[in-house]
Parts: sequence; C-alpha cells; structure tokens
Amino acid sequence: MSTISLHDTHHDDHGHGHHHETFLTKYVFSQDHKMIAKQFLITGIIMAVIAMLLSILFRIQLAWPDKSFPLLETFLGKWAEGGRIKPDFFLALVTIHGTIMVFFVLTAGLSGTFSNLLIPLQVGARDMASPFLNMLSYWFFLAACLIMMGSFFTQTGPASAGWTVYPPLSAVPKAMPGSGIGMTLWLVSMVLFVASSLMGGINYVSTILNMRTKGMDLWKMPLTIWALFLTAVLGILSFPVLVAGVVLLVFDRSFGTSFYLSDLVFGTQILPNEGGSPILWQHLFWFLGHPEVYIVIMPALGISSEIISVNARKPIFGYHAMVYSLMGITILSFIVWGHHMFVTGMNPLLGGVFMITTLIIAVPSAVKTFNYLATLWRGNIRFTPAMLFAIGLVSFFISGGLTGIFLGNASLDINLHDTYFVVAHFHLVMGSAAIFGMLAGVYHWYPKMFGRMMNPKLAYLHFWVTFICAYLVFFPLHFLGLDGVPRRYYAFTEFEFMNKWLTVNVFVTWSAIIAALAQIAFLFNFFYSMFRGKKATQNPWNANTLEWTTPVEHLHGNWPGEIPTVYRWPYDYSKPGAEEDFIPQTVPFSQTMSSNLPHDFEGNEEAERIQKEWEAANKPVTE
Amino acid sequence: MAALAVLFTVFTSANAFAQEAAAATTAKPVDMGPVHKNAIFYVLMFLLLCLFIAIVGKALKVYELTRETQGKPEGINWNTVNAVIFALFLIVGLYGVYWEYSVHGKMISHMHEAASEHGQRIDEMFKLTLIITTIVFILTHIVLFAFAYFYRASDQRKAYYYPHNNTIEKIWTIVPALVLTLLVLKGFLTWRSIFYKVEDPKNRPISIEVTSSQFLWDIRYAGPDAVVGKKNYKLITAINNLGIDFNDKNSLDDLMAEEIVLPVNKPVRFILTSKDVIHSFYMPHFRVQLNTVPGMTSYFEFTPTITTDEMRTKLNDPKFNYILLCAKICGANHFNMQKNVRVVSEKEYQEWLTKQTPYLTNDLRKAFNLPVPVEAAPAAEQAPADTAATAAKVALDVNNQLALKK
Repeated sequence: MSTISLHDTHHDDHGHGHHHETFLTKYVFSQDHKMIAKQFLITGIIMAVIAMLLSILFRIQLAWPDKSFPLLETFLGKWAEGGRIKPDFFLALVTIHGTIMVFFVLTAGLSGTFSNLLIPLQVGARDMASPFLNMLSYWFFLAACLIMMGSFFTQTGPASAGWTVYPPLSAVPKAMPGSGIGMTLWLVSMVLFVASSLMGGINYVSTILNMRTKGMDLWKMPLTIWALFLTAVLGILSFPVLVAGVVLLVFDRSFGTSFYLSDLVFGTQILPNEGGSPILWQHLFWFLGHPEVYIVIMPALGISSEIISVNARKPIFGYHAMVYSLMGITILSFIVWGHHMFVTGMNPLLGGVFMITTLIIAVPSAVKTFNYLATLWRGNIRFTPAMLFAIGLVSFFISGGLTGIFLGNASLDINLHDTYFVVAHFHLVMGSAAIFGMLAGVYHWYPKMFGRMMNPKLAYLHFWVTFICAYLVFFPLHFLGLDGVPRRYYAFTEFEFMNKWLTVNVFVTWSAIIAALAQIAFLFNFFYSMFRGKKATQNPWNANTLEWTTPVEHLHGNWPGEIPTVYRWPYDYSKPGAEEDFIPQTVPFSQTMSSNLPHDFEGNEEAERIQKEWEAANKPVTE
Repeated sequence: MAALAVLFTVFTSANAFAQEAAAATTAKPVDMGPVHKNAIFYVLMFLLLCLFIAIVGKALKVYELTRETQGKPEGINWNTVNAVIFALFLIVGLYGVYWEYSVHGKMISHMHEAASEHGQRIDEMFKLTLIITTIVFILTHIVLFAFAYFYRASDQRKAYYYPHNNTIEKIWTIVPALVLTLLVLKGFLTWRSIFYKVEDPKNRPISIEVTSSQFLWDIRYAGPDAVVGKKNYKLITAINNLGIDFNDKNSLDDLMAEEIVLPVNKPVRFILTSKDVIHSFYMPHFRVQLNTVPGMTSYFEFTPTITTDEMRTKLNDPKFNYILLCAKICGANHFNMQKNVRVVSEKEYQEWLTKQTPYLTNDLRKAFNLPVPVEAAPAAEQAPADTAATAAKVALDVNNQLALKK
C-alpha cells in the first residue's frame, strides 16, 4: 500500500474512547503529551507575565529613582517603604526576573512546550517514550516555580545575588538579606528544575531516536525536531553540572564546607572557610550557563525555520547546512563558557583560547541567518502572525548576534563586561529572539493545541507594538554600556556621568511599559480564542509536516488509525510541476510523478528508472 | 438562615478588617486618595484604549463581512499591510540607528579617547569590529525587510523552489569565517599585549594594592621601597582593617590613600584583592576591568596617558573626573562604590605622595610588638580618648579571634 488512509476505520488499542478519563487524569495528572505541552505553555506564560511585571518594577525604579510611588508600598509593603523600592529588593527583582525568564520561561516554557507538543506529532509517534516521566517532568517544573515564587513571602526576601548567584555573595547570608532563606529556596527550586528538564530531555531524545514512524529517517525530520533533539542533548549533558555546582553551594551554605569560600572577612568577623575558590562556581555554572543560552535559542531557531519555510511557501534553504550548523553550535557551545569569565582574573591564556572558540561559534550562526534570508528570497510570503514573529526573531538574532562579536572578544570584553552593553546584547539575542520564537510557535501551533484559531488582527497589533518597543528598550542600552554604566545598578544618581542617562531610562521604561501592555492583546487573544476562536481546519497553514495529518479533535494516540508513513522531506513547498504549492510528507513519490526531481530519490536506481520511464511516456502530453 | 448568618459574620469581619486597614492608612502621612484616583484614572484610560481597539476590530470585521456577502474580494490585504509596515520599519529603523549612533554616540564623547596605552589598542579593535558589524547589521536588515516587502504573498506568483546551492552556502560559511579569523587574530594580539607584559627594568611599574569590601575600596601605595607588603586576612582587626602583616618589612612604609592618584605615562600595576565578596575593579576611561576575588590576587598593569587636567581641556568639561566603579553585583550599595581617580604629572604625584599617611600607627606598632618612636607620643596625647577606645577594641578583637581559632 503506497499511502496511509486516514479514513481507515481500524482502531488500535490507543484509539479514543477506550479508557475512562476523569477531569483529574485529563487535565491535571495527564500523561498525554499534548496536554503536558499545554500545561508547560500556560505555566510558562504565567511565569513570563510575573517576570515581566518584576522587570517593570525595576524599570520604574531606574527611570524615577527619586520619586515616591505610594501604590508600590500598598502592594510590596516593606520592600517599598515610602513608595520607593529598596536596593535589596531591586537586586531581588533583577535576580528573580532573570532566573524566571531564563529557566522557567525560555527553557521550560519554550522547549518544554514545543518538545512535548511537536516531537510525537512530527516524528509520528503515539506519545512520548515514557509518558509517566513526562508527567513528572511537568510536576517537578511546577514545584520549582512555586518554590521560587514562595521565596517572595519570606522575611528576608528572595535570592538577590543576580541570576548567576556568584558566591560568596550568594553563599554568606551576612553578605545580603537575599542570601538567607531566599537563596536556599532558589537552590532547592533549581535542583527540582534540573530534575524536571532532565526527565524531559531524556524522554525527548529517546522518543526521537526510537519512535519515528516508518520512513521518517533522520534526514527527513523537520528542523524543529532537529533543534529540539539537539537542545535536549545539550540539556542532558550540561544540566547535571549545574546540579553538582548547586549541591556544593548548598554544602558551603549549610554544612560549613569551603568549596567556593576562602579568606572571607565581613566587617571584622573572619569566617573559618579556607581553601575554596569562588571561580570554581563560575566554571561549573557557566559550563551549564553557556549551553543554556543555546538551549534557549535553538528551539526558537528550529521553530522559526519551520514557520519561515511554511509561510514563504519555499523549502528552507540549505536544510543540511541548517542541521550541521545546529550541530556545530551544539558542540561548540560546550567549549565557550570561559567567555563569561574573561575578567575574573583567570589565566589570560585561557581567555585567549575561549575567545577563539567563541568567535568560531559565530560562523554557524551566520550560516543560519543567511539561510533564513535565502529562504525568503523569491518566496511568496504570507504574513501570518507566526511568520511576523519568525521574521522578528531573525532581526533580533542578527542585532543581538552581532554585538556578541564584541563581547566574545576578550580584549573588548574588558571594558564591556558587566555593563549595559551585555544587558542589551543578551536581551536581544536570547531574550527577545527566543521569546519571539516562542510566540511564533504559539501562533503557529495554536490550532493544533486548541483546535481553534487566534485572531490575526489582534496578533498583528501584538507583534508590531512588541517588535518596535523591544528595539526601543534594548537598542539605547548599548550606549549606556559603551559609556561604562555597569548593570544591576539600583540608581544612576550617585555618579555624575550617569545623570545624562536618566532621560533615556525614562524613555526605555515607558517603552517597556507599552510593550508589557501589548502583551495583554496576546493574553486576551490566547485565552479568548481557546473558547471563542474560529474553529480550525485540519491543516490551516497548508503545511507538510505530520502533525497536520492528525484530526483537529485531540485523541490519546494522535492518529485514529495507523500512524502514517513518511515518504519525503518536510519542505516540498511550491515544487514545480506539483498541483498545489505543498506536498505533505505522507504523499508518496508515485503520486507526484509530475513534480519529482532526480535529487528526490537519493540514488535509488529503481525509482529513478521508473521516473525516467514515466517522463518518457508523458513527455508528449505535457508538451 | 445559617448561610445568611455566615455571610453576615463574614461581612462584619471583613468590615472590621477594612476599619483596621483604614486606621493603619490614616496613621501614615501619605494621603492615598489622590494616588488611588490616579491609578484608577490610568486603568480607565487603558480600558478606554482597549475599547477603542475593540471597536476598530469590530468595524474591520463588519467591513470584511459586508464585502464577503457582496461577493467582492477581501477588503484589506493584510499581507500587503504587513509588508508595507516592514518597509516603513526598515526606513524609520535605519534613520533610528543613524540617530542613535549620532546622538547617543555623542553622549559618550568622554569615552571616545582611551586614557591609557592599551586602551588605544582596544579602541582600535573596537572600531574595526564596530565598522564590520554595522555594515553587516545594515545590509542584512535591508535584505531581510526588503525581501519581506517584495516577496509578499500574491496569487499571481508561485514561490521559487530553491532548496539549496552548495556554492553559495560555502561562500557564506567561508567569508564570515575569514572575517572572524581576522577579528580573532587582532583580538588575540591585543589581549596578549595587555596581559603578557615584559617588564622594562628601567621603567618598573608602581605598585598599588586595592582591597574591595562591601562597599568601599581601600587603597595601599607601596611607599619608598616600591613593594607592597604582605597581608593576611586572619590579621584583620578594627585597627588593621586590611590585615597587613607588619612583620613583613615591606609593609612598614606602606601608605594609605584616600584616592587613587597616578603619574601620567608611568606604568602602574594594580594588585587586586577582596575581603568579602567578588567586586569588579572597573575604570572605563582607562579600559581597565578585573574582578577582585576573595582568596585570590589578580593583577592589572597599564599606563595612563592623559592627565585629568588635559582631559578636562580636551572635553571642555572642567568637572570631568576619572572614575572607579564596581561592576560586579556585590550587595545593596553596589551602585555607589566610588573612588576618586586622578592622573597627574610626575611632580604633582611625588608631592601628593609625601602627604599620605603610613598604615602603620602606634597602636599597630604595639599590636605587632614593634618599637614605638618617641616623637609620636604627643600625637597620642592629643587624642587619648580615641586611642583608649581603639585599644579596647583591639583587645576585644584579639579575644574574638582567639575564640574563632578555638
């Protein structure tokens, strides 16, 4: 049989209606990957909103450092006595904003959501390799979120040593109030989070390697799957190192060890710790921390590859190059962590080596960018909301990526390290770009997740306000950095030379507030469309990938009949000679004789012979 | 009835809470009335905006539906709308980038010229990188948004099936690789020239030790012997806040300084240490930054080339000063860890140096069992109370230390 019929009445054991589902098993303790994806997404969105509100709070402090906002005291109590945010709380805001965004939103919310949703659907599997582990992954993640948020309700406040929690600042409660119970909760939350992402990652990798449908060889996988696969590999290899680091920090904090501590004096009190080194933490942290930024951006790149191809109605340009550059990024990301440590005082020779590896990583990134541009070239671009966000991602990826060339250069990093230049750089390249990837994914796969369409016009409004405001927020910040303004400064009032940036700060804060308000358009659209949106058709974007062959109504097991077989790569858009401008992966070459190219057969002589015979037979007809 | 009773009690207790809350607020000086009115005003304004957007949305929908019922093609081609906005975004954005470079670029004019030898090399590196990245930034964005505009969807056209082209892909792998090789090489050489210095015996750097702690910098000059003496954190007491080991002869002449004063065109070697948490010794005008790490000593050597006065005339800003900042998050007062930095002529430097007081005080001499010079006695008499207090403190601290050691 050459095609799989979706109307096949044969039901296998996984078919719908077989087991009784309660509310609890369907929505709460669900083991269905689609439901878990939604749980990840909605938790991620809630965390994103919280982190965004935190950022607005500290942006208010930065813009109006001398002004009192009595309303802040109403909400924050002693953290904003007299209507002014306290320095300690400012640092807590910055820290928790960073932690939530990097780990809970852009790792769990992005790769957790789309790995869960897309891996089984796009490789053609009924569910994840281990649905139970998958469920646990979500629950560990949720616990991590709750514990992190719980730290806001402690007497001494949440962790506030920056999201990188460098000891000794984070290790000695005397150094700052946030390093008390708040820091303990941070560490507990992080261990749970790493456990969650490891359970997720192992699941993703095993599903992709073992559960692909018939015909789905690795080189026929969509780029989303490649990206999610390599992301999961990165996570599995790097997250355990963070746990090791975190456990040592717990030991230092609670059991009097000295892994990171030595020669410490607070006031005149000499601490007994001896022989440790704070630099060790930085090595362990950044050994995860740098792959982490690729864990954040690679799923976004994969999602945008897919979306750009679908909506430009063109095959992604250089599919193999895209995969190889993802692999290159994956491998290189393990040997560049030292570029976060150029000015720690580590051996300058190491700095030189890490500079070389860091700048090499710009090559695969450049290849990816150029391939995106080439995909758009002579396309027939439909500006669906997802496509807008994908193009926005490419723009941010370029803007933020280029400033990385400055920071990756050890000699330039001397003057730019820990300044606003860094803030601007990573907010564009991994913050905004990854968020845009996530939003693009939400708009694109919303019909798959909820069976309804989101309102495109509201989405356009959302995109344009967010896109413009993101640039208005982050572009000027580069100049603060070039001026030598360090990050994580509570107020710009104490140094004469910083006063001139106060007006810029006001502008940036207003842009951030407008961008935040624009998210209400998204939130409204997201939750409203869930119930009232237009009903989606099976394949609303005319895409080729497998997930659009499943019925709109979700069922456990994804396909009502047999799992479809895959015959071709996922990017046959606008193929000359084809009737429509897309040929789904499930359509065999025997049905598309008029559009087959010699390249399609990958050296299969038998198929080539048949094709040649067909062409010879049909030549007079076509001419 | 029971339910009503429950409701009633809930209501009264809520009322009681409200009264308590009201009492609490009246106790405070801030009148929350106008604040709440303000907040409500802004919320209403925002809701009004939402309403406006909703009305526009509905109007668009009505328009489209009427066109649909009349059998006309879609009224608004959103592909075109978005494509045009992309084109506009490109034009306005390019102007915005120009504006940023010129206006905000001008605001950092005091950073334009590095005030140190190696800083000038860093700036060269920076300029080269800036030129290359700006060109790439502008070109790729023109391409990106122009493609978005020109290749917007149209029913008349079909996209061009173009899955790959190995030659082009090789070109845009190799060209960035070559450009980056250039940047890496230059960066590597610059980096080496900063951190691998061959010491010139005729022009030895002066040594200055910086100790960071929450939230201040302690400066120690080497004194006449040009060597900064040893220190040990275990010796830290109230009178010996750096834990200087005065059994080391090199420590005896070390000078305490309230500010960093550097002679122009003379190499200076900063010895960076920290007492409590990691701080970062950052002097942006000299392109100098290195973390100060507890338990580890790091070094940064450089040569300042422009005096403060010269810089003031250059910038036409009589108030200009070099600055020292902390660039690594270190606690509540991270944002205000300053120290004045001055670059002066050699002569002024020597004069200034003679006015600095040594670290070694009589109390410290006593603590380290060193001979106390006789002429210092009157000074001690001038402030007998002070010394008595500090002496008592020393004794206390010694006790503390002993306790710790036990």
